[in-house]
Amino acid sequence: MNYSSLEMMTVAAARALSNDDVCFVGIGLPSAACNLARLTHAPRINLIYESGTLQTRPEILPLSIGDGELCETALTTVPVPEIFRYWLQGGRITVGFLGGAQVDRFGNLNSTVIGSYANPKVRLPGSGGATEIATGCGQVFIVMKQGKRSFVRQLDFLTSLGHGRTGRERRDLGIRSKGPTLLVTDLCIMRPDPETNEMTVASMHPGATREQIKENTAWDVRFADAVEETAPPTPHELEVLRGLHARTARAHGSAAGDS
Amino acid sequence: MEFLSIHDAVARFVQDGSSVALEGFTHLIPFAAAHEIVRQGRRDLTLIRMTPDLIYDQMIGMGIARRLVFSWGGNPGVGSLHRLRDAVERGWPQPLEVVEHSHAAMANAYEAGAAGMPCAFFRGYRGSDLPSVNPLIRFVTCPFTGEELACIPALRPDVTIIHAQKADREGNVLIEGIVGVQKEAVLAARHAVVTVEEIVGDFGPRSANAVILPSWSLQAIALAPGGARPSYAHGYYRRDNAFYIAWDEIARERESFRAWMEENVLRERVLR
Repeated sequence: MNYSSLEMMTVAAARALSNDDVCFVGIGLPSAACNLARLTHAPRINLIYESGTLQTRPEILPLSIGDGELCETALTTVPVPEIFRYWLQGGRITVGFLGGAQVDRFGNLNSTVIGSYANPKVRLPGSGGATEIATGCGQVFIVMKQGKRSFVRQLDFLTSLGHGRTGRERRDLGIRSKGPTLLVTDLCIMRPDPETNEMTVASMHPGATREQIKENTAWDVRFADAVEETAPPTPHELEVLRGLHARTARAHGSAAGDS
Repeated sequence: MEFLSIHDAVARFVQDGSSVALEGFTHLIPFAAAHEIVRQGRRDLTLIRMTPDLIYDQMIGMGIARRLVFSWGGNPGVGSLHRLRDAVERGWPQPLEVVEHSHAAMANAYEAGAAGMPCAFFRGYRGSDLPSVNPLIRFVTCPFTGEELACIPALRPDVTIIHAQKADREGNVLIEGIVGVQKEAVLAARHAVVTVEEIVGDFGPRSANAVILPSWSLQAIALAPGGARPSYAHGYYRRDNAFYIAWDEIARERESFRAWMEENVLRERVLR
């Protein structure tokens, strides 16, 4: 079965989730990956969206973090301060999913500005929940399409802490959560080096080459001693993912006819 | 609490230079009230909102805001807020001062405001550059454990405006679904105005834990059916996701944005 690099990325991210996870879900690819996991190998995973929906089971992917679908299919819906205070800060979330405009070799993320903060070339949306998700969840999975402009040597702004600018900043700050343990791209899977915490290629997706990965990374990307090949998406994974996207497109598109 | 028209509620409680929080986390965003503020030509507002969303993109693009206090400024699931970006990146139609936080910080700061506290403290901003660009983000040491905690001032808007499903004839307000930070934003404000889908005799059967704002915690209620469109009102109408997608094109250029606002907001007859 043919598949796109985006589908490979989503499937690879979904596989990292388990039935035991309580997952803080962001919109876009993280939401697709989390719901794919729930609809395939991890039916008991708890998905939490920052709008306050606990243990939600959407039939379609929400366009926003607070679509009605999320509330209607949730076990319960709590106020936003409660989500951040009791559930995230309280240490009840095992995995946070993050992305950004820029990531560096230690998994630090920028979702604030390109250029200087005072005179930005591009004003990005900002932190949202990310800054505290990065330190409050047990571990963080990052999902981002790989490219030289996004996989940078130096961030323009550090919105959300990965392993810090030194790779050891979490320990120095007394942060007990693990931070980024996984970086999934459209080409490969990276994991932090056990010594330095530098994100290192652990597995390459079928068809991806070392040259391609180097060309799309602005830092001198390192490869683990034994790099694996990511298993391609199974027909079942693709069928479920495409079904989810098709239902979503129908639902969001139909609103156009109504208005 | 008084029942007022949306025109009179805005005229009375939103002044030039006011700090205004129009809250509603994706759900129940008070667009009708925002449009009334635009039509009445208020100036120099400080706009406070966790997610500026289309509602503040419209207000900022119309040049009525001097300052924005926020934590995530995008079009959810779609992309940029082009009017917000134009104001920050190119100062159009006027420069916009930005006071930037994270979601956790804003939620805590509303809660602190509601609780009558001067500030909120929480475990936040660790390792982030945000404290270096926002002098209101500081750190305090826990006197018991020695842990360093983030601290920001409580949010105390001059006026908070929210949209809710129902008011009863006594002027109590019922909110259901994703309740966001509305209760905290109302109780943190000096004045609170609520627009509602409908006014009913009484709420009828409801959970003992339903989110209800007592009439005496509010200044005004205004009837505004459909007042949250293109966001949604749980139990009344769905989020118009297609419009959120269409807004990307409408707001991308200054001319198309102005034309849309002229046609859909400024020309709309004012209900008195």
